[in-house]
Amino acid sequence: MAIAASKVKSAGAAQSPVLGAAMFSPAVLYILLLIGAPFALAIFYAFSDARIGSTQLHYVGLENFRSILQSPSFRQAVQNSIVFTVGSQLIVVVCATILSLALEAPFRGRGLVRFLILLPWVAPVSLGTIGWKWILDSIYSVITWVLVWLHLFSPYDTPMWLGEPHLAMASVICVHCWRMIPFATVIMLAGSSAIPKEIPEAAEIDGAGYFSTLFRIKIPMMLPIINVAVLFGIIFTFTDMTVVYILTDGGPFDSTQTLPLLAFTTGIQGSDLAAGAAISLFLVPVLVAVAYFMLRVAHRAEVV
Amino acid sequence: MAVVETRNLTKVFKEGELGAVNNVSLATHEGEFLVFLGPSGSGKTTLLRMIAGLETPTSGEILIGGQVVNQRSPRERRIAMVFQSYALYPHLTVYQNICFPLKAQKVPKNQHRQKVEWAAGLLSIGKLLDRKPRELSGGERQRVALARAIVREPAVFLLDEPLSNLDAKLRASAREELEQFHKNIGTTTIYVTHDQVEAMAMGDRVVVLHQGVVRQIGTPKEVYEDPADTFVATFLGSPPMNLLEFSDIIVGFRPEGFLPADLVAGNKQVTFRYRVKYVEYLGAERVLYGSIEDGHFESKEIISRLSWTMPTGYDAGSVHDFAVAESDLRFFDRKTEKRADPRPYPWQ
Repeated sequence: MAIAASKVKSAGAAQSPVLGAAMFSPAVLYILLLIGAPFALAIFYAFSDARIGSTQLHYVGLENFRSILQSPSFRQAVQNSIVFTVGSQLIVVVCATILSLALEAPFRGRGLVRFLILLPWVAPVSLGTIGWKWILDSIYSVITWVLVWLHLFSPYDTPMWLGEPHLAMASVICVHCWRMIPFATVIMLAGSSAIPKEIPEAAEIDGAGYFSTLFRIKIPMMLPIINVAVLFGIIFTFTDMTVVYILTDGGPFDSTQTLPLLAFTTGIQGSDLAAGAAISLFLVPVLVAVAYFMLRVAHRAEVV
Repeated sequence: MAVVETRNLTKVFKEGELGAVNNVSLATHEGEFLVFLGPSGSGKTTLLRMIAGLETPTSGEILIGGQVVNQRSPRERRIAMVFQSYALYPHLTVYQNICFPLKAQKVPKNQHRQKVEWAAGLLSIGKLLDRKPRELSGGERQRVALARAIVREPAVFLLDEPLSNLDAKLRASAREELEQFHKNIGTTTIYVTHDQVEAMAMGDRVVVLHQGVVRQIGTPKEVYEDPADTFVATFLGSPPMNLLEFSDIIVGFRPEGFLPADLVAGNKQVTFRYRVKYVEYLGAERVLYGSIEDGHFESKEIISRLSWTMPTGYDAGSVHDFAVAESDLRFFDRKTEKRADPRPYPWQ
């Protein structure tokens, strides 16, 4: 009887519009105040001449967008953002797939290895990146030291990891990969361990070798989860500015300038709120596309 | 076609622990349908996986077609296996699933379609070739798994409880189809099951396993009528064989042989006073649970199975003369629980 009564009660609660709305309101408030309002404000600022410290505000139409599109820094930043995102995601997907497959098989100390691999993700970004700043330092770099010790470089002509445009981009991508690989690995590990043990065994019996099983069976079966990892990775990379900000601050010569960092330096550090808001709006189409695919993948995963 | 043989095959998963498979030596006949039967944990699947090449034996040898294959990979053993879960590749269509072994073994491409269609035709799934496994029913999945196994014409078929995922009705028809299928292709087949009905119905011979040890190998008739020990006697048959323990001997008789005294054929019979405690009505038969009234075995439950053609009136609480034909008595040594020679009845 007690169970029946509580069932009736909960059904009543679900049907009560007031209680339903009340329960739902925190989520709505959160989205409206912390996501909706800033987003609306960004759009509003992008069409104005808002500046930090100024009380005046005028509507200027598309002026901000016009001037941004003409700025070479912005074009460079768009290009860099794409290189940064695509480059790091390619490396992340390949490495995380290999790692997840390696970590699946039981071996001594697997727990420890899993913990160590996860460490870069759980450690604070800024601290980790400052550590990398030292590792890649032009004078004190341990990498350079090792390369010199191995006689691969002369001590007087060492690479400037963060000081040469291409090397700087490569360094930034590598450090970002270092940070993102654990996350992708964990997602893919979930995907690969969800494959029933019999399926690779059946492939083995059917006569498929290791690589044939891997590329024809395992990876195709992991594809939906790899998609999830990539979409998350794109968001975390395309909107990230921490690594670039700490390592190179966009330099040298804008060679590592990315969209979020440019929006930050222009809008906050450069006091030009309107231009910063306009730059950040260029992130929206990419993020909308990613969100769309993410929802589709989630939907498909439900059906399967 | 080939004969599978194991010699002193042993698998120990954890050192110091009892092996999952202990010292198993057996051999199939050419084209035989051999069933591994045992309760869960009896090592039957481990044994099959070792034959398939998915587990490495701790010791002992596996021979297929007269050659030791211990060091050979599954693909080199020319075996095909159907898994309990079927293990179909979910992202591939039925056609691609069946074609996979051909691709993996580098069969020339121009033969693929013809071979897949032959296998699909044999299992009448020709219309399903474009579907994905998730769009198939349990029975259809099983056929796809069989088609995938047969397509490259293996020397040996290994089946790991392929019927256990089907509902009871489908299982009976699938069993029949499997038997027919085996008759058609005539490939040596090893079939693992915990279901004694499947084992008895399908097996040319049955290997009864318990705790990784072979308890008996024989035709269904042999293992049922002449069990080698008390485990086989009680594991086969439902309800199981009645066992009466005496000082150094155990006497067993099947419930269907323990009948009202006047219904027991032959003049050599052993009679007991039987008190019926309760009756299970199963339609085609009635199962009586009761005890023998002679002071020794009051607490021991003795079962009798009466067919529906036999007279009624054996209700709960009533006492009757029940008997077993002497030829239906089986004797086991009390210590080893192994089969013993008939001897004078200990109660006389």
